[in-house]
Amino acid sequence: MSDITDSTGEVTNDVIGDDAQSGETRSVEQLRREVHEVWVSGTEERMPFATATDEGAQEMLPELQDPAASIQQGLAIEDDYLSKPTVDPDERQIINMGPQHPSTHGVLRLHLELEGETVRRVKPIIGYLHTGMEKTAETLTYAQGSTNVTRMDYLAPLHNELAYSLTVEQLLGIDVPARANAIRVLMTELNRVSSHLLWVATQGMDIGALSMMIYGWREREVCLDFFEKTTGLRMNHNYIRPGGVAADLPDGWEADVVNLISVVRAGLDEYEELLNENPIFLDRTMGVGVMTPAECKQFGITGPLARASGIAWDLRKTNPYCGIDQYDFDVPTGLHGDVHDRYTVRMQEMRESLRIVEQVLESMPLGDYRTEDRKVTPPPRKRLDESMEALIHHFKLFTEGIKVPPGTAYQSVEGPRGELGCLIVSKGGAKPWRMHWRAPSFAAVQALPVMMTDSLMADVVAALASADPVLGDVDR
Amino acid sequence: MSDNELVASLVAGVEGATIEEKRYASSATTYHMVGVPVDAWVDVVTRARDVGFDTFIDLYAVDHFSQAPRFEVGINLLSMEANRRVLVTTRVPYDNPTVPTVTNVFAGANFYEREAYDLLGIVFPGHPDLTRILLPDDWDGHPLRKDNPVGSVPVQFKAGSVDL
Repeated sequence: MSDITDSTGEVTNDVIGDDAQSGETRSVEQLRREVHEVWVSGTEERMPFATATDEGAQEMLPELQDPAASIQQGLAIEDDYLSKPTVDPDERQIINMGPQHPSTHGVLRLHLELEGETVRRVKPIIGYLHTGMEKTAETLTYAQGSTNVTRMDYLAPLHNELAYSLTVEQLLGIDVPARANAIRVLMTELNRVSSHLLWVATQGMDIGALSMMIYGWREREVCLDFFEKTTGLRMNHNYIRPGGVAADLPDGWEADVVNLISVVRAGLDEYEELLNENPIFLDRTMGVGVMTPAECKQFGITGPLARASGIAWDLRKTNPYCGIDQYDFDVPTGLHGDVHDRYTVRMQEMRESLRIVEQVLESMPLGDYRTEDRKVTPPPRKRLDESMEALIHHFKLFTEGIKVPPGTAYQSVEGPRGELGCLIVSKGGAKPWRMHWRAPSFAAVQALPVMMTDSLMADVVAALASADPVLGDVDR
Repeated sequence: MSDNELVASLVAGVEGATIEEKRYASSATTYHMVGVPVDAWVDVVTRARDVGFDTFIDLYAVDHFSQAPRFEVGINLLSMEANRRVLVTTRVPYDNPTVPTVTNVFAGANFYEREAYDLLGIVFPGHPDLTRILLPDDWDGHPLRKDNPVGSVPVQFKAGSVDL
C-alpha cells in the first residue's frame, strides 16, 4: 500500500521491466497500472471509493517535500537522539497502529514509518470518536450544558464541568459562595488523583508492569466510590454547575475522605516500592519520549508533560480559581522531560492533591453550596408552596433557562492533562452561540511525532502512554 | 513595561485594532482580547511571540452568521514570564474565508487550523496539510457553520451497502 500511495516523482520515472522482444520499456507507473487493472478493473462504476488510492487526510506527505512538511512530521525542532536515516527510502515500511490497538487507550490511529525497528515518521490520525459535542452544546441551554461537557474528557469529568461553569459565571459576572468553591476544589483535586491513578495503572501495563494495572484500579475505585456517594454517578457526574454545585456533600463525607486519603497514600507508597527501583521500568522510561521546553511551548503542551520538561507552570498557582490559592501546595517539576519524569511528576502531584484535600477537610466553610441568585439557581422546593416569586423563578429557569448576557469569555482550569479551557460566545439568551474547547489531549496527540520520531518501536507505546491522551477529549 | 503596555505594543501601528480587558471568574486576574484586521494577522501573532507570548494554547473559529464579517478566528497565546494571556482575533467575510496560516510561527497551530477548516470551512493558505481532521474526507459541508443545522446530516459511510 505504501508503495502505491507514496510514489514520488523520482521513483516513478525509473524505467524497469525492459521487454527484449518489442524493445518497449515500461515505467513503474505503467506496471502498477496494469496490476491495478487486474485487481480492481470494473469496480469504478459499482464502487466509486474502491479505486481511490489517495488516502486524503490520512496520507503521509512526501518526506522533506518542503520545509512546511516538517511541521506535520514533528521535525520542526530537533533534539532527536538517534542518527538520521542512511537506508534507502524504499526499504521503509508504513504500519498502522490502531485504531483498535490496546495501548492507544481509545480510538487513536498512528501511521508509523519504520526503518527496521526505528520509527522515522509518525502521523497521528484522529476523529474516530468525533460526535460533534461542540455543535450539540449550541442546542442545549446553559443549565443542560454541564451534562454535555462532562462527557468530553471522561477521566476528568469534574474538571470539564468546572471549566464550563467558570466560563458561564464569567459571562454572568457572578461569584459563588465559599462553600461551593471549597467543594469544587475538593472534588476536582480528588478527580485529579483518580485520573492520575488510572494513568499510573495503564502506563505500568503498557510497558510490562502488568500488576500495576490492578493496583491502580484498586485505589481509583475508592475515589469513584466517593464520587458516586456525592454525585450519584461514578462518571459523567453533572455535579459542578453554573452557580455552584448540584448538591451538598453527603453526611459522613469527612470520614470517607479521611479513609480515602490513607488508602491512596498507602497505595502510592506501594507503587513506588514496586516501580521506583525496578530496572526494567527504569530502562523502559528513562530517556524515552523526550520533549524540550521549547517544543512544549510550540505545541501548546501544558500540565504534567510541560512540568516534566521543567516548565514550572500551573494554573492553580498562576491564575488561582475557586480560592485554591488559600491552600498550601507545591508544583513538582522534572528535569529531563522523559517518560520517567512524567511518572515522578504525576506521582508527586497526587500527593500534593491529597495535601490540598486534607486542608479543605480542615477548613470547609459552612453556608450555601450554590449561589442564591434566583436567576441562576432554582429556589428550594419548599419555597415554591410559600412564595409566588419563587414559583415564577422556578418556572422561568426550567422553561427558559439561565439568561446570559452577550459576550465572549475564556476560562481555563488546570486539568490532569494540562490546561483545559472553555471558550463561550454568547449572543444573549439561554443557549451558547458557540462553545469551543481547548483540549489538552488534542495538543498532546499533535505533539506525539515530536516525542516518537527517531525512537524505537517499543518506545512508541511508552511515549504514547506517558502523554495520557483521552480520545473523548481529543475528538469531542 | 506594564501588562497593558505590553499588550498595546502588539498592535502599535495597526489600523483598526481593538483591545479589551476581561476578568476571569472567581479570580482577580485578567486577560486581553485583541482584534486586528486579517492583513495584520500574521504580523501581530509573530510580534506577540517575539515579545514573550511564546506559548501557543489554542486556535479557534466562530461563525457569527448574520454579522458582517461573518467568521472570527482567534488565537490564544500565553506569556509565562509575564503571566498574561492574550486572545488575538480577526474577522473574515463569508465569500472569502481565508486567514494566512501561522504554522510557521507556531508549529502547534497545525492541528488547530485543520480543525477550523474541517468544522467551519476557514481556509488557511500556506498550511502544509490542510485536510479534514475530525470528519471523513468525503464529508459534505462544515458542520459548525450556523447554516448547517442539527438533524440535516446525511447518512454517511454508504459505500459498503451499494448493490453489486
